[in-house]
Amino acid sequence: MTMRVAVTVNGTEYAREVEPRLLLIHFLRDELGLTGSHWGCDTSNCGSCVVWLDARPVKSCTVLAAMADGRSVRTVEGLEQDGRLDPVQEGFIECHGLQCGFCTPGMLMTARWLLDHHPDPAEAEIREVISGQICRCTGYENIVRSVRWAAKHPRRDDRGEAEAAG
Amino acid sequence: MQYMQVPSQVEYERATSVEHALSLLSRPDTRVVAGGHSIIPMMKLRLAQPEVLVDINELTELAFIKLAGGQLCVGALARHADLLDSAVAGELFPIFHDAERVVADPIVRLWGTVGGSLCQADPSEDLSAVFAAVRATAVIRGQDGDRMVPVREFHLGPYETVIGPGELLAEVRVPVQPGTGSAYEKVARRTGDWSVAAVGAVLRLGGSPGGKPGRPVVASAGLGLTAVGAEHFVAAEAEEFLLGRTADEESFAAAGAIAAEHCHPVADQRGPEDYKRHLVAELTTRALRRAAARAGRPS
Repeated sequence: MTMRVAVTVNGTEYAREVEPRLLLIHFLRDELGLTGSHWGCDTSNCGSCVVWLDARPVKSCTVLAAMADGRSVRTVEGLEQDGRLDPVQEGFIECHGLQCGFCTPGMLMTARWLLDHHPDPAEAEIREVISGQICRCTGYENIVRSVRWAAKHPRRDDRGEAEAAG
Repeated sequence: MQYMQVPSQVEYERATSVEHALSLLSRPDTRVVAGGHSIIPMMKLRLAQPEVLVDINELTELAFIKLAGGQLCVGALARHADLLDSAVAGELFPIFHDAERVVADPIVRLWGTVGGSLCQADPSEDLSAVFAAVRATAVIRGQDGDRMVPVREFHLGPYETVIGPGELLAEVRVPVQPGTGSAYEKVARRTGDWSVAAVGAVLRLGGSPGGKPGRPVVASAGLGLTAVGAEHFVAAEAEEFLLGRTADEESFAAAGAIAAEHCHPVADQRGPEDYKRHLVAELTTRALRRAAARAGRPS
């Protein structure tokens, strides 16, 4: 038994015939080949699979692909715009916010959402918002620094054009 | 691809209105999915194997939090994050904000719903004790109309509620009374974990007829207990004890001891029975202390 599921992922619409029980994380990784989102604990504890569903982060191991039908999803692949990394991605590079990188896609998606709503979050706010996501490498310290870096270097929409022109 | 955990086979239906949802739910072996953070893990573990899932996420008419007719009305589809962000809920019942800060984690709270928490009827779930403490009423919608069930009669046992086939929890209503203070105290092993034990307290204070001046007495008390096997999540004996007593440390500590004595915790990986009883006594005292302080604050 399958059903047609159409999801707009990072601005592109994809439609697939899938079982209604297929989880969104597997839809993204195995049906669409978007392997940036990581499949971790499978129990909504670790947060490696966090993507945005209609502009809110969600643990995609605990959502059916069917529930995303007709909705939009943003994954880590959608952070980069016109060949430029998102400030949160730059922050993770600048501040060594990852080691093995497994938790990183989820951390990046949550961090982007936090900064969209709280452009200048305190360290405690950053720690709170990622409290449902697990990193076994960094001890979180560098993740917090990375998000703070991104907060201090917000994207100016004209910057890219100026650089391109220059 | 070999998946670790695959939900059981299921049909998927998306409700486009409450009436549509009620019609879909009248089919046998149907379950509601909203945030999905209870039913989907249950399906992975084969603790639930419904034939049909009815997705109610589009029923935004059930996502409200509002004050109406002297009651705080919380729609079943209100997300945990909505309740945490609600100024009116936090002002009237700080217990909701206390509890919502410690329900799961911030990302789960964006999707998990108030109605889902109540209907999951997990003995360790926080909001059941909170709504029991504030003596809320559940509004259950069926094809023949609404029926009202006190939250203290809503749960029949673990994972079991009074909601029948073809019915849907629509909202929860909480009576608002001036001079009420409330608080929730939880001990968990780590962020996002279930409670080892938790206690919600609601107090309304009155004057002390014939008593010492300036010593308020308890005019009404609500005590909800999480994860310790309390019937209907309530510490009824401790509530009764508190009525008419001076609202002071001595009464609160005695109420804590009574609550600890009458609940039924079981030893599990979160702790032995005597530790959980100790927590109930201590958390009851703390929750009552904070509730009393908040009740005394002019609104």
